[in-house]
Amino acid sequence: MLPEASTLAPAVDRIFWGLVGLSVVIMGVVGGLVLTFAIKYRRGTKAYRGPLPDIMSREVEIGWTVATLFVALFIFWWAAAAQLPHFLLPKKALEIHVVAKQWMWKVQHPEGVREIDALHVPVGVPVKLEMTSQDVIHSFGVPAFRIKQDVLPGRYTSTWFEAKEVGDYHLFCTEYCGTDHARMTGTITVMEPEAYARWLAEQPHGEDLAGEGAQLFTALGCSACHGAQARVPAPSLANLYGSQVVLADGSRVTADEDYLRESIERPEAKVTAGYPSTMPSYQGIASEEQVVALVAYIKSQDGKRSQAR
Amino acid sequence: MRSDDTGLLAREPGETSYLTEGTTLRSWLLSTDHKRIAILYAISITGFFFIGGAAATMIRLELFTPQGDFTTADEYNRLFTLHGVIMVWFFLVPSIPATLGNFLLPLMVGAKDVAFPRLNLMSWYLYIIAGIFTLTALLLGGVDTGWTFYTPLSTLYSNSYVLLAAFGIFVVGFSSIATGINFIATVHLLRTKGMTWMRLPLFAWAMYATSLVMVLATPVLAMAMLLICAERLFGLPIFDPRAGGDPVLFQHIFWFYSHPAVYIMILPAMGVVSEIIACEARRRVFGYQFMVYAMLVIAVIGFLVWGHHMFVAGQSPFASMIFSFLSFVIAVPSAIKVFNWTGTLYRGSIRFSAPMLYALGFVGLFTLGGLTGLFLASIPVDVHLSDTYFVVAHFHYIMVGGAVSAFFGGLHFWWPKITGRMYSESFARFAAITLFFGFNFTFFPQFILGYLGMPRRYHEYPPEFQVWNVMSSTGAVVLAIGYLMPLGYFAYSLLNGKRASDNPWEATGLEWTTNSPPPKHNFLEPPVVLTEPYAYHDWDEAPGGADETTQDEPA
Repeated sequence: MLPEASTLAPAVDRIFWGLVGLSVVIMGVVGGLVLTFAIKYRRGTKAYRGPLPDIMSREVEIGWTVATLFVALFIFWWAAAAQLPHFLLPKKALEIHVVAKQWMWKVQHPEGVREIDALHVPVGVPVKLEMTSQDVIHSFGVPAFRIKQDVLPGRYTSTWFEAKEVGDYHLFCTEYCGTDHARMTGTITVMEPEAYARWLAEQPHGEDLAGEGAQLFTALGCSACHGAQARVPAPSLANLYGSQVVLADGSRVTADEDYLRESIERPEAKVTAGYPSTMPSYQGIASEEQVVALVAYIKSQDGKRSQAR
Repeated sequence: MRSDDTGLLAREPGETSYLTEGTTLRSWLLSTDHKRIAILYAISITGFFFIGGAAATMIRLELFTPQGDFTTADEYNRLFTLHGVIMVWFFLVPSIPATLGNFLLPLMVGAKDVAFPRLNLMSWYLYIIAGIFTLTALLLGGVDTGWTFYTPLSTLYSNSYVLLAAFGIFVVGFSSIATGINFIATVHLLRTKGMTWMRLPLFAWAMYATSLVMVLATPVLAMAMLLICAERLFGLPIFDPRAGGDPVLFQHIFWFYSHPAVYIMILPAMGVVSEIIACEARRRVFGYQFMVYAMLVIAVIGFLVWGHHMFVAGQSPFASMIFSFLSFVIAVPSAIKVFNWTGTLYRGSIRFSAPMLYALGFVGLFTLGGLTGLFLASIPVDVHLSDTYFVVAHFHYIMVGGAVSAFFGGLHFWWPKITGRMYSESFARFAAITLFFGFNFTFFPQFILGYLGMPRRYHEYPPEFQVWNVMSSTGAVVLAIGYLMPLGYFAYSLLNGKRASDNPWEATGLEWTTNSPPPKHNFLEPPVVLTEPYAYHDWDEAPGGADETTQDEPA
């Protein structure tokens, strides 16, 4: 049987098996009635075949219509209510960046450790996945966790899970993505927190994501305009993440990951009020992973976090 | 030539039918007779059905083992794309409407032909032209995008013959629109004297509801396909995220057609089954009016549930909630129909003919298909099951277990009317039972595979899934035998079958009041309708009330 390896899994399975039970009952009733009638009223038997009793008319129709509607709405409420908590991403979570491409999964831990087609996570810790694709649509599906989320090019999508059983689980790409779709698989390894810490320490460490972003910030020339000493008029990036930005057309957007990413790749799309639209596009100059690192750096540039650094 | 004494053309001297009016190829290819066009369609969709079936056979062969040993990854991807494209657009969508619908709708409403006979012929030519485009794409090397053509894979990344196939689908859409327009106009304008709306057979109502969906939804498919062509050919950035496009937009447009398309496939099946069950149980359809309203409600709400294909595609949670809610609502009219078919059997006098076996099989398979739809409408369960074999099993229960079973049932039921010949009843019953078991054997294991997490469109899979795949592939052999059998006994029936009487099942409905096969203009005199539909009860004629004895006709 499929393991229930995440905190979400039992809730999903409860609804799944509840629906199985309901289906068995309905199939039993419909199948039983069809069989009974088929035997009792097969041609040639002496069963009574006169007009239907008066009660078998509109009242019965209205009765079973309302009853079915009630059952349907109950299941809707039950399933939707179970999903609501999962829509909210946990505030404190281990944040893992995932970049999908034909046909591999590239994973970055916040400490800078990278993996391909594999993800190591500690048990009992909420893990948030920030995902994007370099080419076509992929989907990050882990049956043992009952999670699945499409990974889109040009956008970030996210999902989360909290593993509750140590072990190795399948990761499947569950959106058809071309030739080697069936080979775009991987393994999620859930470890005890100490083992995870040991594993992390053993991995070759690059700079952490934000640090890598800081280097790129200079290397790609961003600092020439957005840096603290820059003399060119460009919006400051300090405290930008999560704030409200007023745009040239007067509208407001929240500076989330998608906004930051779009402004790096297509700066002309949402121009900050009061600044000329002079920034060049970094599309094709910064790779998908570099954009992820830059966004991580900009996110780290808020008062509280930079004090802590 | 009329005295020719063998085969289809043999009739009593002096008697003519639509089959004997002209025997040249030209008299068929340029015919505007709805009955002949139905035959043209029937032959063409049978061809496509076996092409799509051959692809399915190879898919099941490949999945017999976990390794990709029978086909390469690319070949496999082209096979399931071919299977989907052919089966959906060149078989399922036209199956019942363009063959049985074309043949029967004018007969059922008491008309000489459809409202626009030449448009009807054009629709068949469009279908053939579209088929040629799609088959060319196939012969050149195939398409590897899946029948869903998701962007940006289809527009920017695929190196296969997407343009040709997409254009073929664009064209075939117009053939369904033409059929839809024809049927709507026919039902509105050509009902004979006394044929009021509430006297229409449920099959005619089903054709009407289906036509509404065809006419309103198919243009959106045309848009989707044109936009794909525009982005592939001219680089028009509609779906390309690097140029500000939105790849998910395509899914919205595509499913706005493709979900209603499911109802294009299943509503006609519901109509067929209603006719067969009423006749073979000798009962008026239980809750006739509710059956009509249920079909219309399905046709309308069917337009509002497309987002349930996109619960994991990154759409807003609020949208997902609403689509989930509406998907549960649409389950209600479908359930009502199942209850009413069951109720129709109550106090009936049931004969287990081949069409009835297909119809009862339909009720069971459709019910299971519908119930598993509830799983996929529940957001958390759908997240787990989407893009797994559970989905594959679910829609095959609806489209194959449901629509194809009903199509076969209808084909058997009206075969004597269409060809004027009877078929071997025992072979036909045997085929119906083989199909039912073969179908369950093939597709039920896929529900389990899906729950265990096996993704669709995988030609290689982890070994723990093998046992269920072997079961499924074995069942497919039985299923294939079930599908091939009718070819044999129908061919025999055409050549040597016993003459059919005008009304071999003693059914009600205007189509049974004319000759088998019908004359060129359907009726010698315009018929007049005096009774309610499905007047199968003997006490209706004797106003004295219920008669406790049963009236059994020798079959």
